Amino acid sequence: MNPIAFPNVEYSDIGPILALVAGAMALLTYASLVRKKPPKGAYALFTVCTAGASLASSAWLWNRFDERGHAPHFAFSNMISVDGFAVFFFVVVAIAVALAALLGDSYLRREQLDGPEYYVLVLLSAAGGMLMAAANDLIVIFLGLETLSIALFVLAGFHRRRSESGEAAMKYFVLSAFSSAFLLYGIALVYGSTGTTNLAGIAQWLAANVAVTNGVLMGGLALLLVGFGFKVAAVPFHTWTPDVYQGSPTPVTAFMAGASKAAGFAALLRVFFSTFHVMRLDWKPLIWALAVASLLVGSLIAIVQTDIKRMLAYSSISHAGYVLVGLQAANNRGIAGALFYLLAYTFMVIGSFAIATVVGRRGDAEHSLDAYKGLARRRPALAFGFTVLLLAQAGVPLTSGFLAKFYVISAAVQSRSYALALIAMLAAVIAAFFYLRVILTMFSPAEGDDDESAVPAPLPVPFGVGLVLVSAVGFTLLAGILPSVFIEFARNATLLF
Amino acid sequence: MIAAAIAESGSGAGFPLLSALVLLPAVGAVAVALIPKTQEQVIRLVGFLFSLATAALAALLVINFKKGAAGFQFLESYDWIKDFGVAWKLGVDGISLWLVALSGLLFPLALAGPVVKKNAKNYVAWMLLLEAGCIGVFLALDLLVFFVFFEIVLVPMYFLIAGWGYANRTYASMKFFLYTLFGSAFLLVSMLVLVFLHQKATGELTFDVVKLAETQTLATSTARWLFLGFAIAFAVKVPLFPLHTWLPDAHTEAPTAGSVILAGVMLKLGTYGLLRFGLYLFPQAAVDLGPVLLTLATIGIVYGAVVAAVQKDLKRLVAYSSVAHLGFIVLGTFAFTNQAITGSVLQMVNHGISTGALFFLVGMIYERRHTREIAELRGLQKPAPILAAVFTVVMLSSLGLPGLNGFVGEFLVLLGTFVTHRWWAVVSATGVILAAVYLLWAYQRVFHGEPDEANASIPDMSWRERAVMAPLIVLIVFLGVYPKPVLDRIEPSVTRLITHVEDHSDYRQPTVTREVAGG
Repeated sequence: MNPIAFPNVEYSDIGPILALVAGAMALLTYASLVRKKPPKGAYALFTVCTAGASLASSAWLWNRFDERGHAPHFAFSNMISVDGFAVFFFVVVAIAVALAALLGDSYLRREQLDGPEYYVLVLLSAAGGMLMAAANDLIVIFLGLETLSIALFVLAGFHRRRSESGEAAMKYFVLSAFSSAFLLYGIALVYGSTGTTNLAGIAQWLAANVAVTNGVLMGGLALLLVGFGFKVAAVPFHTWTPDVYQGSPTPVTAFMAGASKAAGFAALLRVFFSTFHVMRLDWKPLIWALAVASLLVGSLIAIVQTDIKRMLAYSSISHAGYVLVGLQAANNRGIAGALFYLLAYTFMVIGSFAIATVVGRRGDAEHSLDAYKGLARRRPALAFGFTVLLLAQAGVPLTSGFLAKFYVISAAVQSRSYALALIAMLAAVIAAFFYLRVILTMFSPAEGDDDESAVPAPLPVPFGVGLVLVSAVGFTLLAGILPSVFIEFARNATLLF
Repeated sequence: MIAAAIAESGSGAGFPLLSALVLLPAVGAVAVALIPKTQEQVIRLVGFLFSLATAALAALLVINFKKGAAGFQFLESYDWIKDFGVAWKLGVDGISLWLVALSGLLFPLALAGPVVKKNAKNYVAWMLLLEAGCIGVFLALDLLVFFVFFEIVLVPMYFLIAGWGYANRTYASMKFFLYTLFGSAFLLVSMLVLVFLHQKATGELTFDVVKLAETQTLATSTARWLFLGFAIAFAVKVPLFPLHTWLPDAHTEAPTAGSVILAGVMLKLGTYGLLRFGLYLFPQAAVDLGPVLLTLATIGIVYGAVVAAVQKDLKRLVAYSSVAHLGFIVLGTFAFTNQAITGSVLQMVNHGISTGALFFLVGMIYERRHTREIAELRGLQKPAPILAAVFTVVMLSSLGLPGLNGFVGEFLVLLGTFVTHRWWAVVSATGVILAAVYLLWAYQRVFHGEPDEANASIPDMSWRERAVMAPLIVLIVFLGVYPKPVLDRIEPSVTRLITHVEDHSDYRQPTVTREVAGG
């Protein structure tokens, strides 16, 4: 009898993912064995530490690339690629986990939902997202996607007493399952025409063969785009976004908008730019159309929103458009720009939802634009933070948002997509309108505020949320004023894959 | 000690005067933000002192500026974003020198003059940030750094209009922001196209304006498209007809200090941009498309003057007069003669002084009467003779009376334009007459006649107000009588710019216009 050949497994290659999974398991085990409730904030602290361990492990992987024998490579029988691109997304997702945990802490206590489940689900979902970023096989991408999504379905419906939360979970589940089916069918068609699901294998096959009739392969590629387009909320696959973002508990929305979108883009960028690089003349027009549609639909529909979460949902759709502009350029600058964009965007969007968490108050219901009236008077620091984040999203200089837009648009210009670059800039003008409207609302007096003696209702900012805001605003300004480090990080991440 | 350090900096190294000019107001803004909100007096004083210190630095710059040198002086360059070839590169030449000086002058006056009633802290902080941005625009020699400053000035001005403006401020501030952002969209894309085409031709990725201008590699049609992209952005900012519709709203709704800075400094960002980047980067395209801009400028001059004449609101009248005055500056820019361009640069400074002063005066009238309706005002001369006298001088300067500053600039522009573009100059000259019509008529309605009860009881100018107006009046007279020190420093840089245009296009300047009159 032949011994079973085990593949050579180097666990340190997926250290960041393992850290999250181990953290989730430890938390789950502890909570099921120990009856006594832990001190306030212990779960959140543990989750932040887990994310920190994941970050440390990512940093270790990144620095190891320079060592001999540890250059970017494939691991786990070519199922995982260990490269700068993957590590970049490990970092982005781990940051999103830490921020989401800090946001969740006070939120769960305020809404009386306290427990370890939120943190476990966030950690597992993030592990799935990281797996998507590191996958070197379409099947592994699918595995990562499902791990990410299933945890997110539960998280979306986490607020038991709000019917909107349940509605969001249901909508997200049905539509996501639908899009997963598209993705799976796309994988099948690609496998049918190339004979492999391995990304490197597909690239090799494409380089070696010229398909005379590649209808099946093209169909597969298009279906893959549908699947990923759903996850990153690109128009026309965006229809779930406003409802789900609005209905989900606000910290979950923040995590979803940050990590889930980043993971979706990680897979999209790797599959299209790296694997199907040979066919870029075929997919570039498709991405062009998706980018323009996302930019325009996102920013135009955001204008008429009166609910801040819906507005941010539409704005995140238009942000997806900008990342697609980077992909459409199909050059290294474009991909590096897309990465930088996602890093900057993660901080901006989580910071913005952090403010929505605070202003939403108990019950997570006060999300109309009117709730922001007079915020500048009641909470000047909060209003200042939101102003910075909104201006960054609008692309005002000296914020990370400006450089992110500048990066992807310069890539588009470099690849001579002049029309797309101009459309992207003009979409930013449209988008600026609604960001400014929110800012104006914050700085206009609320009803009854004219009466100097009236005591405004208190608006407590918990410590965790404060920490999220400080780091989000801090990063947004730092990366806007001294961006070199982050730009180099993004550029090196694309060189190493 | 600083003066000694600056004297050394002529050789290049030493005290980074230009960075200090940009950063000092920004530091001031942070300092003001750290003072508790209730200490309004302290806030005002600190803000004023920071702008005064900036003015002192600007004065040092003027003193140490080498007269007769045409190139950029006080150059500083540090890497900012290496991957993009972007550097923090600052420099000053005869064209930007006086605009920096103008900013240095107007900001302390704007901070000292009108007193805002609410939230002084935010107001002063925004003003100082605005000053940093405005000075940065004039000093930047890197396209991206320029763009950053060009955009960032929108934010403080937006908040100034939206926070401290008049009834219709929300609409006006939004319109102002979006209009300029719309123009910037074209600017950024054209800028990037230029940079990447330059990289393709030379192999170097750089946003350095001098490098981009000195190696002209563009095909004719490409250069024209890019010039148009730049021109749209600057035309919005100037504003040039038909992109001017944001201006009356923004100027009218802005608080007094906001209007002063908007008209005095920020409109110059557009005309300066056309001169520095339009002509310098795309000489041939600027020559080819010059007539289009000349025509728009001429339309603006006549249109602005006619519309100003029929305004019922005194502030709106002054706002429309800016459209006309800025038309002269653009006219001179695209006449491509030494006299006209020198006149344009001088006129930028003149307009800043006299229109800034006019907005101060309109603000003073509003504070006294709480209306800007011309029909409501009557016979103010009686209760406020000093106000009336100051208004007269400023108004005469604005309409270009010989002996006051406005005349020198307008005359040089018209003279220089007449040689190369006769008919445009002739039509534009009617603008001078129309300016006299609307300004004198407005003066007559507001200050002459018998004041009714409400108008008879207003107080005259306070000492504080007189102190604010005094430097402006002195400059109005000084520049009208003896503009030579200013012209001497502008002209070499203008000559160099025109030589650059001649070197890189088929344009040749007629010999008559090579010498500036009296220069």
